[in-house]
Amino acid sequence: MTVISTHKDAENLTLTVVAEFDATPEDVWEVWENPRKLERWWGPPTFPATFTRHDFVVGGESRYLMTGPEGETPRGWWRIDAIDRPRRLDFANGLAGDDGEPVQGMEPTSAYMILEAVGDTARMTAVTHFVDVEQMNLLLGMGMQEGMAQAIGQIDGLLTSSRSRA
Amino acid sequence: MTEVGVDRIFQALADQTRRDILGRAIQSGESVSVLSRHYEMSFAAVQKHVAVLERAALVTKERRGREQIVHTNRTTLRRAMTLLDAYEQLWIQRIDQITEILTITEGEPK
Repeated sequence: MTVISTHKDAENLTLTVVAEFDATPEDVWEVWENPRKLERWWGPPTFPATFTRHDFVVGGESRYLMTGPEGETPRGWWRIDAIDRPRRLDFANGLAGDDGEPVQGMEPTSAYMILEAVGDTARMTAVTHFVDVEQMNLLLGMGMQEGMAQAIGQIDGLLTSSRSRA
Repeated sequence: MTEVGVDRIFQALADQTRRDILGRAIQSGESVSVLSRHYEMSFAAVQKHVAVLERAALVTKERRGREQIVHTNRTTLRRAMTLLDAYEQLWIQRIDQITEILTITEGEPK
Protein backbone atom coordinates (compact mmCIF):
# COMPACT_ATOMS: atom_id res chain seq x y z
CA MET A 1 0.00 0.00 0.00
CA THR A 2 1.04 3.55 -0.57
CA VAL A 3 -0.63 6.88 -0.20
CA ILE A 4 0.23 8.14 -3.66
CA SER A 5 -0.76 11.74 -3.11
CA THR A 6 -2.88 14.12 -1.13
CA HIS A 7 -4.09 17.46 -2.38
CA LYS A 8 -5.53 20.15 -0.16
CA ASP A 9 -7.46 22.76 -2.10
CA ALA A 10 -7.98 25.52 0.43
CA GLU A 11 -9.95 27.72 -1.94
CA ASN A 12 -12.53 25.07 -2.71
CA LEU A 13 -12.35 23.36 0.69
CA THR A 14 -11.64 20.04 -0.99
CA LEU A 15 -9.35 17.25 0.08
CA THR A 16 -8.26 14.61 -2.46
CA VAL A 17 -6.41 11.49 -1.37
CA VAL A 18 -5.05 8.89 -3.81
CA ALA A 19 -3.86 5.50 -2.59
CA GLU A 20 -2.95 2.15 -4.14
CA PHE A 21 -3.61 -1.24 -2.61
CA ASP A 22 -2.31 -4.70 -3.52
CA ALA A 23 -5.84 -5.87 -4.16
CA THR A 24 -8.55 -5.90 -6.79
CA PRO A 25 -11.06 -3.03 -7.05
CA GLU A 26 -13.69 -5.57 -5.90
CA ASP A 27 -11.74 -6.22 -2.68
CA VAL A 28 -11.47 -2.51 -1.95
CA TRP A 29 -15.14 -2.01 -2.78
CA GLU A 30 -15.93 -4.60 -0.14
CA VAL A 31 -14.37 -2.48 2.65
CA TRP A 32 -16.89 0.25 1.78
CA GLU A 33 -19.93 -1.94 1.29
CA ASN A 34 -19.52 -4.40 4.15
CA PRO A 35 -20.31 -2.52 7.39
CA ARG A 36 -18.23 -4.94 9.50
CA LYS A 37 -15.20 -4.02 7.37
CA LEU A 38 -16.11 -0.35 7.01
CA GLU A 39 -16.20 0.15 10.77
CA ARG A 40 -12.67 -1.16 11.05
CA TRP A 41 -11.27 1.80 9.13
CA TRP A 42 -13.73 4.71 9.08
CA GLY A 43 -12.89 6.02 12.55
CA PRO A 44 -9.41 7.10 13.66
CA PRO A 45 -7.56 4.37 15.65
CA THR A 46 -8.51 6.03 18.94
CA PHE A 47 -12.15 6.48 17.86
CA PRO A 48 -13.31 3.17 16.33
CA ALA A 49 -16.61 3.35 14.48
CA THR A 50 -19.68 1.15 14.85
CA PHE A 51 -22.21 1.17 12.02
CA THR A 52 -25.67 0.46 13.35
CA ARG A 53 -27.20 0.82 9.90
CA HIS A 54 -25.67 0.65 6.42
CA ASP A 55 -28.28 0.64 3.70
CA PHE A 56 -25.98 0.32 0.71
CA VAL A 57 -28.33 1.30 -2.11
CA VAL A 58 -28.83 4.61 -3.91
CA GLY A 59 -30.75 6.85 -1.51
CA GLY A 60 -29.98 4.48 1.36
CA GLU A 61 -28.66 5.83 4.64
CA SER A 62 -26.20 4.77 7.30
CA ARG A 63 -25.88 5.59 10.99
CA TYR A 64 -22.69 5.24 12.96
CA LEU A 65 -21.11 6.18 16.23
CA MET A 66 -17.50 6.37 17.24
CA THR A 67 -16.21 5.48 20.68
CA GLY A 68 -13.49 7.70 22.08
CA PRO A 69 -10.91 6.87 24.75
CA GLU A 70 -13.02 8.55 27.44
CA GLY A 71 -16.24 6.87 26.43
CA GLU A 72 -17.54 9.77 24.37
CA THR A 73 -19.62 8.68 21.36
CA PRO A 74 -19.82 11.22 18.54
CA ARG A 75 -22.36 10.13 15.92
CA GLY A 76 -22.65 10.54 12.20
CA TRP A 77 -24.63 9.49 9.16
CA TRP A 78 -24.23 8.78 5.45
CA ARG A 79 -26.55 9.00 2.52
CA ILE A 80 -25.59 7.13 -0.64
CA ASP A 81 -26.11 9.28 -3.72
CA ALA A 82 -24.74 7.05 -6.51
CA ILE A 83 -23.31 3.56 -6.89
CA ASP A 84 -21.33 2.23 -9.83
CA ARG A 85 -19.91 -1.02 -8.45
CA PRO A 86 -16.92 -1.45 -8.25
CA ARG A 87 -15.89 1.84 -9.81
CA ARG A 88 -17.49 4.79 -8.06
CA LEU A 89 -19.41 5.66 -4.92
CA ASP A 90 -20.93 9.07 -4.14
CA PHE A 91 -22.13 9.78 -0.65
CA ALA A 92 -22.95 12.51 1.85
CA ASN A 93 -21.56 12.37 5.39
CA GLY A 94 -22.95 14.48 8.21
CA LEU A 95 -23.09 14.91 11.96
CA ALA A 96 -25.82 13.22 13.99
CA GLY A 97 -27.19 14.19 17.37
CA ASP A 98 -27.34 12.08 20.52
CA ASP A 99 -30.43 10.33 19.10
CA GLY A 100 -28.30 9.17 16.16
CA GLU A 101 -30.34 11.14 13.63
CA PRO A 102 -28.95 13.87 11.33
CA VAL A 103 -28.60 17.30 12.95
CA GLN A 104 -31.31 19.42 11.31
CA GLY A 105 -30.16 22.40 9.30
CA MET A 106 -26.58 21.23 9.09
CA GLU A 107 -25.25 20.46 5.62
CA PRO A 108 -23.35 17.19 5.15
CA THR A 109 -20.02 16.98 3.31
CA SER A 110 -20.23 15.55 -0.18
CA ALA A 111 -17.70 12.91 -1.06
CA TYR A 112 -16.94 10.42 -3.80
CA MET A 113 -14.57 7.55 -4.20
CA ILE A 114 -13.22 6.16 -7.47
CA LEU A 115 -11.57 2.76 -7.94
CA GLU A 116 -9.41 1.78 -10.90
CA ALA A 117 -7.28 -1.27 -11.61
CA VAL A 118 -3.69 -0.19 -12.28
CA GLY A 119 -1.62 -3.24 -13.13
CA ASP A 120 -1.98 -5.61 -10.18
CA THR A 121 -3.11 -2.89 -7.81
CA ALA A 122 -6.30 -1.00 -7.11
CA ARG A 123 -6.04 2.77 -7.13
CA MET A 124 -8.51 4.57 -4.88
CA THR A 125 -9.18 8.29 -5.19
CA ALA A 126 -11.25 9.73 -2.34
CA VAL A 127 -12.50 13.31 -2.66
CA THR A 128 -14.18 15.17 0.20
CA HIS A 129 -15.78 18.55 -0.30
CA PHE A 130 -16.76 20.70 2.67
CA VAL A 131 -19.50 23.29 2.59
CA ASP A 132 -17.71 25.80 4.80
CA VAL A 133 -15.06 26.08 7.44
CA GLU A 134 -17.58 25.98 10.25
CA GLN A 135 -18.60 22.51 9.11
CA MET A 136 -14.98 21.36 8.97
CA ASN A 137 -14.58 22.57 12.53
CA LEU A 138 -17.61 20.68 13.77
CA LEU A 139 -16.67 17.43 12.05
CA LEU A 140 -13.18 17.75 13.42
CA GLY A 141 -14.70 17.74 16.88
CA MET A 142 -15.35 14.05 16.23
CA GLY A 143 -12.21 12.76 17.85
CA MET A 144 -9.66 14.48 15.72
CA GLN A 145 -7.69 16.28 18.38
CA GLU A 146 -4.70 14.00 18.02
CA GLY A 147 -4.54 14.51 14.29
CA MET A 148 -4.76 18.23 14.87
CA ALA A 149 -1.84 18.23 17.27
CA GLN A 150 0.26 16.42 14.70
CA ALA A 151 -0.87 18.79 11.99
CA ILE A 152 0.19 21.80 14.00
CA GLY A 153 3.70 20.40 14.18
CA GLN A 154 3.68 19.90 10.41
CA ILE A 155 2.67 23.50 9.73
CA ASP A 156 5.74 24.80 11.52
CA GLY A 157 7.83 22.51 9.35
CA LEU A 158 6.09 23.71 6.21
CA LEU A 159 6.66 27.34 7.04
CA THR A 160 10.31 26.76 7.80
CA SER A 161 10.88 24.94 4.54
CA SER A 162 8.98 27.49 2.45
CA ARG A 163 11.22 30.16 3.95
CA SER A 164 14.48 28.43 3.11
CA ARG A 165 13.30 27.53 -0.40
CA ALA A 166 13.40 30.25 -3.06
CA MET B 1 -13.48 34.25 14.67
CA THR B 2 -16.53 34.66 12.45
CA GLU B 3 -17.29 32.45 9.48
CA VAL B 4 -16.67 35.34 7.07
CA GLY B 5 -13.26 35.77 8.59
CA VAL B 6 -12.39 32.13 8.06
CA ASP B 7 -13.53 32.23 4.42
CA ARG B 8 -11.19 35.15 3.90
CA ILE B 9 -8.35 33.18 5.37
CA PHE B 10 -8.84 30.35 2.91
CA GLN B 11 -9.06 32.70 -0.05
CA ALA B 12 -5.90 34.43 1.08
CA LEU B 13 -4.09 31.11 1.45
CA ALA B 14 -5.09 29.90 -1.99
CA ASP B 15 -2.33 31.88 -3.70
CA GLN B 16 1.28 30.67 -3.94
CA THR B 17 2.81 34.15 -3.65
CA ARG B 18 0.79 34.90 -0.55
CA ARG B 19 1.77 31.60 1.05
CA ASP B 20 5.39 32.43 0.27
CA ILE B 21 5.05 35.88 1.85
CA LEU B 22 3.72 34.24 5.02
CA GLY B 23 6.74 31.97 5.13
CA ARG B 24 9.18 34.86 4.71
CA ALA B 25 7.51 37.12 7.26
CA ILE B 26 7.08 34.52 9.98
CA GLN B 27 10.36 34.89 11.84
CA SER B 28 11.10 38.55 12.51
CA GLY B 29 8.92 40.24 9.92
CA GLU B 30 9.93 41.54 6.51
CA SER B 31 9.48 44.89 4.83
CA VAL B 32 7.29 45.13 1.74
CA SER B 33 10.21 46.39 -0.31
CA VAL B 34 12.44 43.46 0.67
CA LEU B 35 9.57 41.07 -0.02
CA SER B 36 8.96 42.52 -3.46
CA ARG B 37 12.54 41.72 -4.55
CA HIS B 38 11.67 38.02 -4.38
CA TYR B 39 8.88 38.15 -6.94
CA GLU B 40 8.65 39.03 -10.58
CA MET B 41 5.95 41.59 -10.01
CA SER B 42 5.67 45.24 -9.11
CA PHE B 43 5.93 46.66 -5.62
CA ALA B 44 2.27 47.63 -5.91
CA ALA B 45 1.27 44.06 -6.79
CA VAL B 46 3.10 42.72 -3.75
CA GLN B 47 1.41 45.39 -1.64
CA LYS B 48 -1.93 44.13 -2.91
CA HIS B 49 -1.11 40.57 -1.86
CA VAL B 50 -0.10 41.86 1.57
CA ALA B 51 -3.40 43.73 1.82
CA VAL B 52 -5.34 40.51 1.11
CA LEU B 53 -3.37 38.79 3.86
CA GLU B 54 -3.98 41.69 6.21
CA ARG B 55 -7.76 41.63 5.67
CA ALA B 56 -7.72 37.94 6.54
CA ALA B 57 -5.75 38.73 9.72
CA LEU B 58 -2.94 36.51 8.46
CA VAL B 59 -0.43 39.36 8.74
CA THR B 60 -0.12 42.63 10.59
CA LYS B 61 1.73 45.67 9.29
CA GLU B 62 3.96 47.86 11.39
CA ARG B 63 5.32 51.21 10.27
CA ARG B 64 9.05 51.59 10.88
CA GLY B 65 10.27 54.88 9.48
CA ARG B 66 9.55 54.80 5.76
CA GLU B 67 9.25 51.04 5.73
CA GLN B 68 6.21 48.88 6.31
CA ILE B 69 7.13 45.70 8.13
CA VAL B 70 4.90 42.69 7.56
CA HIS B 71 4.52 40.17 10.39
CA THR B 72 2.82 36.80 9.93
CA ASN B 73 0.10 36.09 12.47
CA ARG B 74 0.89 32.53 13.52
CA THR B 75 -2.32 32.00 15.46
CA THR B 76 -4.60 32.70 12.51
CA LEU B 77 -2.46 30.71 10.13
CA ARG B 78 -2.43 27.67 12.37
CA ARG B 79 -6.17 27.61 12.82
CA ALA B 80 -6.84 27.61 9.07
CA MET B 81 -4.16 25.20 7.96
CA THR B 82 -4.86 22.82 10.79
CA LEU B 83 -8.31 22.01 9.50
CA LEU B 84 -7.28 20.62 6.12
CA ASP B 85 -4.14 19.06 7.58
CA ALA B 86 -6.19 17.23 10.16
CA TYR B 87 -8.48 15.78 7.51
CA GLU B 88 -5.49 14.72 5.48
CA GLN B 89 -4.13 12.99 8.56
CA LEU B 90 -7.45 11.22 9.10
CA TRP B 91 -7.43 9.85 5.54
CA ILE B 92 -3.84 8.65 5.84
CA GLN B 93 -4.89 6.73 8.96
CA ARG B 94 -7.92 5.34 7.13
CA ILE B 95 -5.79 4.10 4.26
CA ASP B 96 -3.43 2.39 6.69
CA GLN B 97 -6.41 0.65 8.26
CA ILE B 98 -7.86 -0.40 4.88
CA THR B 99 -4.48 -1.87 3.97
CA GLU B 100 -4.51 -3.88 7.18
CA ILE B 101 -7.99 -5.23 6.47
CA LEU B 102 -7.07 -6.20 2.90
CA THR B 103 -3.91 -7.96 4.14
CA ILE B 104 -5.65 -9.87 6.90
CA THR B 105 -8.58 -11.06 4.80
CA GLU B 106 -6.34 -12.26 1.99
CA GLY B 107 -6.59 -16.01 1.63
CA GLU B 108 -9.29 -16.30 4.28
CA PRO B 109 -12.65 -17.73 3.36
CA LYS B 110 -15.28 -15.00 3.06
